[in-house]
Amino acid sequence: MTAVAETTARSAEKYRVTRSRRNVAWTGLGALVVVVVLALFPYVVGAGSETILVQAFIILTLASMWNLLAGYAGLVSVGQQAFVGLGAYFVLILNIHSLSMFTALPVAAIGCGVAALPMWWLVSRLRSGYFAIATWVLATTVLLIIEKFPSIGGGTGMSLPHTPSLSTPVLEAYTYWIGLAVSVLALLAVYLLLRSRLGLVLTAVRDDEVAARSSGARVGLARMLVFVVAGIGCGAAGALLAISQLIVQPTAVFSVQWTAEMAFAVIIGGLGTIEGPILGTIVYMILQQALASYNAWYLIILGLVAMVIAIFARRGLWGLIDEHLHVRLFPVGYWLWDPADGGRRGARGLRAGRHRSGPAA
Amino acid sequence: MSETRESGSEPLLEVRDLTVHHGQLRALDHISLRVLPGEVYAIIGANGAGKSTLLRTIAGLHRPTEGSIRFDGKDVTRIRPERRAISGIAMVPEGRRLFPSLTVEENLQVGATYARKGPWTIERVYELFTWMKDRRGQQTAQLSGGEQQSVAIGRALVANPRVLLLDELSLGLAPVVVQRIYGMLPQVLATGLTVLLVEQDVSQALRVASHLQCLLEGRTTLEGKPSDVTAEQVEAAYFGLRTAPSDQGSE
Amino acid sequence: MVWVNDIITGILVGGLYALFACGLSLMFGVMKVVNLAHGDLAVIGGYIAVGVIAVTHIPVLWSFVIVVPLMAVLGYVLQRTVIQAALDRSILTTLLVTFGLSVVIENGLLQFESANSHSLGVDNAIITSSFSIGSQITIAYLLLLIFAVAVVVLTGLQYFLSRSRYGRLIRAVADDQEAAQLSGIDYRHVFGIAAAIAFGTVALAGIAYGMYSQFAPTTGTDTILLFAFAAVVIGGLGSLWGTLLGGVILGVSQAIGAQISGSDEFLAGYIVFLAVLVLRPQGLIARRSAS
Repeated sequence: MTAVAETTARSAEKYRVTRSRRNVAWTGLGALVVVVVLALFPYVVGAGSETILVQAFIILTLASMWNLLAGYAGLVSVGQQAFVGLGAYFVLILNIHSLSMFTALPVAAIGCGVAALPMWWLVSRLRSGYFAIATWVLATTVLLIIEKFPSIGGGTGMSLPHTPSLSTPVLEAYTYWIGLAVSVLALLAVYLLLRSRLGLVLTAVRDDEVAARSSGARVGLARMLVFVVAGIGCGAAGALLAISQLIVQPTAVFSVQWTAEMAFAVIIGGLGTIEGPILGTIVYMILQQALASYNAWYLIILGLVAMVIAIFARRGLWGLIDEHLHVRLFPVGYWLWDPADGGRRGARGLRAGRHRSGPAA
Repeated sequence: MSETRESGSEPLLEVRDLTVHHGQLRALDHISLRVLPGEVYAIIGANGAGKSTLLRTIAGLHRPTEGSIRFDGKDVTRIRPERRAISGIAMVPEGRRLFPSLTVEENLQVGATYARKGPWTIERVYELFTWMKDRRGQQTAQLSGGEQQSVAIGRALVANPRVLLLDELSLGLAPVVVQRIYGMLPQVLATGLTVLLVEQDVSQALRVASHLQCLLEGRTTLEGKPSDVTAEQVEAAYFGLRTAPSDQGSE
Repeated sequence: MVWVNDIITGILVGGLYALFACGLSLMFGVMKVVNLAHGDLAVIGGYIAVGVIAVTHIPVLWSFVIVVPLMAVLGYVLQRTVIQAALDRSILTTLLVTFGLSVVIENGLLQFESANSHSLGVDNAIITSSFSIGSQITIAYLLLLIFAVAVVVLTGLQYFLSRSRYGRLIRAVADDQEAAQLSGIDYRHVFGIAAAIAFGTVALAGIAYGMYSQFAPTTGTDTILLFAFAAVVIGGLGSLWGTLLGGVILGVSQAIGAQISGSDEFLAGYIVFLAVLVLRPQGLIARRSAS
């Protein structure tokens, strides 16, 4: 049989295309359970643990955003700290004008999304290395500009003037719940985004940009959307930072260390997978707590581990788990069930990494 | 098929059961060939048949999934491309691939960096292509397609290879230019080189080849001496049509 | 007329910036690697010089004799191992790995040295003094020396690339890796040479910077990296003279910014950088497109 006739014959048998290997309902239920358990924490654990977890929520939010940028849209930004800082400063400014800091958070997030638009206009035509440096320069420029305004603290920073008159445990509990909400929303947003049309466009672009464009995919629009969403997410994280610290200092909130932390968490956890940032944040927090008394060590070790993983395990720790167990908590790809195969061939769906394909002869 | 080639001289280049993938696409499927010293071996086939992939794999730019490549009696399948070049396999790649920020002479000088001992020098290349010496200080972007092709060939020659791989010389060139370039082949062969070439232009290939192999979708559909095959057989092999049972092709 | 003095200083400082930038430009031009750790390498050069001087007591002005070759060798090794491994994966990986390297270096310095600044004090009386032209222009000899060194190095590098055999190989590999392989060239070795040159020049620049100003563990990313990149972008990739021009323009913009307000020195430079990125990303003297 010629190749053509063979394929036609086979497709007459039953191929099935499904969204996930197992029932998604189980994962959804599991996630719900986890969220509920986490929500109950303030009733059970002490204030110290809450602070740590709020930090984890900030990192988790940042990590999912950076993963969206670098792992799916191919945009390596070394300037996301711009949005972290802007988010924090939005909260400060709104709070100065007597808006509750909790209410200020969503406003700050939206504000950062708006701020992302002119920034995108500045950097959108640049590629990889140039893009990275440009975002860094942009972030530094924003920092320098903000430092010129003494009304919001100038170079030294300023505490939030209108903190709610709540007792400390209650304040911390509220902060904790807001933090939980922000990170859950961030993960949900990323998941839904990637399941949608946008996710399809991003995968197509990642595999072959020219082909994607010629098929009509609005590549520029897709990337811009991702940049704006990441701006919103990082802004929310920055706002959360301001709320949890009750003080905003420019060099702290605009520090490039934020990008380092979110990037390392993502790389270690798994670039280009949704589960990766979660795993990466856990690893990050463990390392940070374990090495807390050793100052700069946790960043050194984190950095070295990230470098090793970037080279040897492209899809991070989650990628290693996934390869061996074929588990996907957040199903965004498709599984192709080939009856001849006994149902084991899986389409690769949305993952990082490209085929190294050479030109056809 | 190939009875006369089994006995006789040792092949300079031998490919056995070569299978090459581009990602999940199989570009070459168990290809075998033997190139004897001094001959002009032509690989023909339509676009996407796997011809360039074959040449590139022989040169070392692709890793085969299966199969082996033997050069001068030694297995070179796992050897890096630059080492293969130094040991005597020189390729003129598809599309010329000259170094745009280098002049004509600098391109030749790069080719001569790791040259083996032999008759070919930069001066000798200037004798082969008489126009080149006067233009040797020019940037290659200012040359015509045919001139660039000559420089690319020169760059491969100055390394004094044993076998010259020519990938689609005729691509993008006017027929008259192509003929002129192929016209230098006898002078090249006279210095003891062996040539393995890939061509889409079948008539041009038939004119210069001493042995011929046709590929289709990564498989060999025809093999033999140009004098032993008919035009109909070549056409059938090229396009993958069914022919009478007495054809020499094999699947 | 105070302007003139500052502008002249800005031009001379531009030479230092160009010295920082040429290694970055080389690595990007040859192997398409944006080395985010580039600035930190200059700082490492400075710290090594401090250490070497402390141990051997050689004059500060001669410290580069030991440090530059050392850093060049380090560059070759790092390129053949870590950076090549990252390159084999993808360009994205090289960005991630050099970024990781930058963070590791900075925090390593913070951990093992203090966060304090260091300076390489030059004790040669002539060098530390200045000379005057007229009543309003004072130029430090040190700065003039650094500018002269930068011009010499850039000229030498340009000559090396255009005339020497290895320079030719570097240009060929930068043009077309595969075609170079077909001519028998091991591009990994050529990349190593390019990295060695980059590390060596940036170490030299770091030592010069330490003499002129001071450095701390974070100076690499606070100051140097962005300036180096700005010089490359403004001047245009593919031309060392463009890099010099870019450095000079950066230096002059900073001088003008400092005139407007003390704290605007860096800001002015960044704004010019951003403007060039947006309006003319291929730079002012473009030999190759920057995208």
